[in-house]
Amino acid sequence: MIIGQDIGLSHYLVVAAILFTIGVFGIFINRKNVIIILMSIELILLAVNINFVAFSTHMGDIGGQVFAMFILTVAAAEAAIGLAILVVYFRNRGNIAVEDIDLMKG
Amino acid sequence: MGARIMIVEMLPALTFYTLASIAVAAAFMVIAARNPVHSVMYLITTFFSAAGLFVLMGAEFLALLLVMVYVGAVAVLFLFVVMMLDVDFVEMKQGFLQYLPIGGVVACVLLTEMILVGAASLVNPSEGVKYAPDGTSNIEAIGNVLYTEYAFFFEAVGLILLVAMVGAIVLTLRKREGVKKQNVAAQIARTRAGGVELVDIKPGEGIGS
Repeated sequence: MIIGQDIGLSHYLVVAAILFTIGVFGIFINRKNVIIILMSIELILLAVNINFVAFSTHMGDIGGQVFAMFILTVAAAEAAIGLAILVVYFRNRGNIAVEDIDLMKG
Repeated sequence: MGARIMIVEMLPALTFYTLASIAVAAAFMVIAARNPVHSVMYLITTFFSAAGLFVLMGAEFLALLLVMVYVGAVAVLFLFVVMMLDVDFVEMKQGFLQYLPIGGVVACVLLTEMILVGAASLVNPSEGVKYAPDGTSNIEAIGNVLYTEYAFFFEAVGLILLVAMVGAIVLTLRKREGVKKQNVAAQIARTRAGGVELVDIKPGEGIGS
C-alpha cells in the first residue's frame, strides 16, 4: 500500500508537531484546571503515536505500530491514575487548582 | 472521465487535509473550551480524526484500538470525573491570560523546531513508501511480532495495566463510617463455641429468671 500520491511522511510529522505544540501550550495556559492538563498530556501522547505510526509506515517496519500500541496502554494507565489522584485531591481540598498544589514547596 | 480519475487521485490528499484540519482544530478547542465537558467532546473528535489518519497510513488495527481505548474508555473516564467533581469551572478560566505570553513563546519555539525537521525531510524525500509484506493484513503483521519478538514487552505492559488498576482502586477506596457492610472474615472466623450457647433449662423455669 502506498501513502497517498503527494501525502508523505513530512505531512504527518507536521500534523503531529502541531498537536504536540497544542498539548504543551495547553499545559502552559490552563494553570487552574488539572483535568485540561491531563487532556493536554493525552494530546501529546497522541502526537507521539502519530509519529510512530508514520515512521512505521514509512520504513515498512511494523515495530513502530507495536510500540504505538504500548504507548496507548501506558497513556490509558496514566489517565486512570491521574484521574484517581485528582478525585482524592478534590475530596481533601475541595478544588482542583494547580496553583494551590505547592504545599511541599520549601 | 479524466476529471473522475483526477478526483480519485486526489482523494487521499483530500482525506488527509480534512482529517488533519479537524484534528488540529478540535485539539485547539480542547485547551480553549470554557466547559471541561466540551473539552472532553473535542478530545473525542481529535482522537476520531487521528484514527482516520491511522487508517490512511494503513494502520487499521491501531486506528480501531485508538477508538476503542480512547473513546470507549479514557474519554468516558474523563467525563465521569468532570461530572463527578463539583467545581465552579467558570472561575477556573481566571488567569488564562497570565500565562499566555510564556506559553505562546514556548509553543512557537517548539513548533518551529519540529516543522523545520519536517521540512528538512520534505526537501530530501525518500522513495515511495512500502508497507507490510505482501499478502498479510495489518493485524496479522502486528500479531506475528507482538507475541514473538515483543512478547516480553507485551507482558510488561500487562503488568503496568495491573499496577494502574490496583493503584487507582487503592487511591480512591475509602472507609466510611456508619455504612453497614458484610464482614466476610468475621463470618468465616465464627466458631461453634463463640456462636452457640447451650443452656440447660429446668422444667417450669424461664431462662433469665
